[in-house]
Amino acid sequence: MSEIVHDKPSAGQRAANAGHGSLRDYLTGFFLSVILTAMPFWLVMSGALNGKIATALAITVFAVAQIVVHMVYFLHMNTRSEGGWSIMAMVFTLILVVIVLVGSLWIIYHLNANMMPGMDMSQMP
Amino acid sequence: MTTIATGGNARAEAPVFYRTEEHAHAAGGSTLLGFWIYLMSDCLVFAALFAAYGVLGGSYAAGPQPKDLFELPLVAVNTSMLLLSSITYGFAMLTTYQGRVGATQGWLIVTALFGMAFVGIELHEFAHMIHDGATPQRSAFLSAFFTLVGTHGLHVTVGLIWMVTLMLQVGRRGLIADNVRRLACLSMFWHFLDVIWIGVFTFVYLGGMLR
Repeated sequence: MSEIVHDKPSAGQRAANAGHGSLRDYLTGFFLSVILTAMPFWLVMSGALNGKIATALAITVFAVAQIVVHMVYFLHMNTRSEGGWSIMAMVFTLILVVIVLVGSLWIIYHLNANMMPGMDMSQMP
Repeated sequence: MTTIATGGNARAEAPVFYRTEEHAHAAGGSTLLGFWIYLMSDCLVFAALFAAYGVLGGSYAAGPQPKDLFELPLVAVNTSMLLLSSITYGFAMLTTYQGRVGATQGWLIVTALFGMAFVGIELHEFAHMIHDGATPQRSAFLSAFFTLVGTHGLHVTVGLIWMVTLMLQVGRRGLIADNVRRLACLSMFWHFLDVIWIGVFTFVYLGGMLR
């Protein structure tokens, strides 16, 4: 087995070749990224959308879209790379990230609200 | 081929329950997956820092607020520096796979220059803020801000050191398989940092202006 492997382009090269993009991929990714970066900056700097909530939601959507673009066109993520283990690791990480972010913000927001000065804990039921 | 434990030739039909040898792994064959898993763990570090910023980002302690501190045009320039460095690193990888040493070195230099511009602009911004009294110890918001953005900047700095190291390696040894693998790892690292920056400019800078 090992003799055969050494005759081919080495392991690093094979593994890397398995998931590298073309010039077209990089240019598409770059073009999309420029748009997805310019739009949120323009929205916030010009105040085009009335209302902060609407703007915040819009820039979040642009950020998520751009992260997906980077993953696909720059990091060449797909369900096949490394036999599917890359995407498994990423899905697991995403679940942890969501738990950390949502959990922290949710719990600490309520703690904060209850710790505000002027809050009389003796009045709590 | 993998050797299978057999109980000697005479009893070749004996049941076999396990392999006595690990099957061959080519050197470096699992490096890219391992590096990807490192990046995922790094992602968790940043998730914790984003969570801290999300919790503390509104605690100004009567100090300066994002609107007083952040200059969006500068952040936009910074963002474009990092985005340009991402695409030029992509070009470096394309020339790497074509085996063109000179072109690879050229694109790596361009990438490093964009990266240095990014770090330079960020340090300029930090210096400006600290000069105005917006130091990390001023408020919880500023502590969280400097920790999150500083950690990202530190990663970019380490990436730059790594890039220079690889330029020297490629200069000495050329695009041998080991160097191609190392360049592919740095490629993932560099693009990953750009992904983190998307979160930073969206939620810290643009989000800060909306607070």
